[in-house]
Amino acid sequence: MTKEFKRPDGRKIEEMRPIRAEVGIIPNADGSAMFAFGETIAIAAVYGPKKMHPQHMQNPEKGTLRCTYNMMSFSVKDRIRPGPSRRSMEISKITEWALSPIVLIDDYANNVIDVHIQILQANASTRCAGINAAAMALAHAGIPMKGLASSVSIGKLDTQLVVDLNKDEEDWEEGEGATDMPITFTDDGKITHFQLDGKITPEQLKEVVDLGKKACVQINEIQKKALKDALKKEE
Amino acid sequence: METSNLTGKTIQKYLNEGKRFDERKLEEFRDIEVEVGVSKNAEGSARVKIGKTEVIVGIKLDVTTPYPDSPTDGNLMVTTELLPLSSPRFELGPPKIDSIELGRITDRMIRESKFIQLDKLCIKAGEKVWNIFIDIYSLNDDGNLLDAAGIGAVIALKNTKIPKYDAENEKVLRDETPETPLPTSNDIPLSFTFHKIGDSIIVDPTREEEDFSESRLTIGTSGKYISSMQKGDEKELTPEEFKHIVDLSTQVWKDISKKIEKYLK
Repeated sequence: MTKEFKRPDGRKIEEMRPIRAEVGIIPNADGSAMFAFGETIAIAAVYGPKKMHPQHMQNPEKGTLRCTYNMMSFSVKDRIRPGPSRRSMEISKITEWALSPIVLIDDYANNVIDVHIQILQANASTRCAGINAAAMALAHAGIPMKGLASSVSIGKLDTQLVVDLNKDEEDWEEGEGATDMPITFTDDGKITHFQLDGKITPEQLKEVVDLGKKACVQINEIQKKALKDALKKEE
Repeated sequence: METSNLTGKTIQKYLNEGKRFDERKLEEFRDIEVEVGVSKNAEGSARVKIGKTEVIVGIKLDVTTPYPDSPTDGNLMVTTELLPLSSPRFELGPPKIDSIELGRITDRMIRESKFIQLDKLCIKAGEKVWNIFIDIYSLNDDGNLLDAAGIGAVIALKNTKIPKYDAENEKVLRDETPETPLPTSNDIPLSFTFHKIGDSIIVDPTREEEDFSESRLTIGTSGKYISSMQKGDEKELTPEEFKHIVDLSTQVWKDISKKIEKYLK
């Protein structure tokens, strides 16, 4: 059964879409990056550390990481109203949680590091692309970090696990339908973000972790390469 | 973040001698880079860079009911988001006057020039017409977002295709490849903003220059006709200066429309 499984775009089970990653795309920002899974394109810019405004939001004990995720109105087939939505606000928070463990901002009391993420073109896995771009942008901004974070979506189509869901797969209806599981790992293999929508057995869910980890190791390499290439360019 | 007064004084001193920091002439634009079709789910899109200033414009089409006073015309809506991603000066929150004005100036440049043939966008009179959304996002602000937005909007519109529509089931068929180009005029409207610093009139200011602009005039022109205009900021313009700007607008339109001609097939 496993060998017979065909993905809508002909990819192998563990094959991600072609990944593109680039650092330094927004001159004004302190750090910036683009990350794309095939047709899903995310860009991220980092501003800071800078004094937190308004003052009552300042944390005198440590710095604050503030992420904002948004989709451009034309990034999807049916136009979405520009500006924040309930969905985008939740993803912003999820992104913050995914990145917080790797960002060493204890010394930046009363300061904020702003991470702005925009989805330029969407074909599923946008939050994962956003997190990947954001991690690169933070590193590019020179924010002290334990390491990078890498994110990928694992899907279950009917009963088959696949890596890096696209829109057609997200809309899978046969058998048990689609289960979407975006997951984020640190370089040292810890989970900082995991969501699930669908239906899966506890046993198979454990496999998801292993599959995700394997994919994130590959993504991590690509992120690092983009950062190194940018350094070379700047030299 | 703010440009210092010292820089402002130096900008003025240079301009008095007819010079700019980046060695451009007063009526000369920075290099323009264009990429079309940058967002596949949009009906048309373009990314425009003027120097380090960058915007992305996407066009979406949707079916809606027409306005009662124009039952057979398509609708047009322009929105702008000055993204905090594009500058440390832009903050999250409801749109401020800068972004509202930018959208409205671009809207009038497109609408008043009759660049889009709105009368050809009627599906059923009084009931169903196409609604065109022009959404402008700033990606990097190094001055002159206004003109970049206008150039981006016109190029994106020229590269827009109308989705297929199933009239019987009243559904836009977004999964089918659109073929019909958006009906637009062959006259290309563009808007250019002229800034007065001291006694000099310049185009395409960098962020630093724009910070010391005392007065500005945006002219929407298709080379032959001027169809929209907006004077902004506090200082006055003399009639001589105004006439000079009107003359310049035709010249600048010629220069720029030539530079972007290949994206306007």
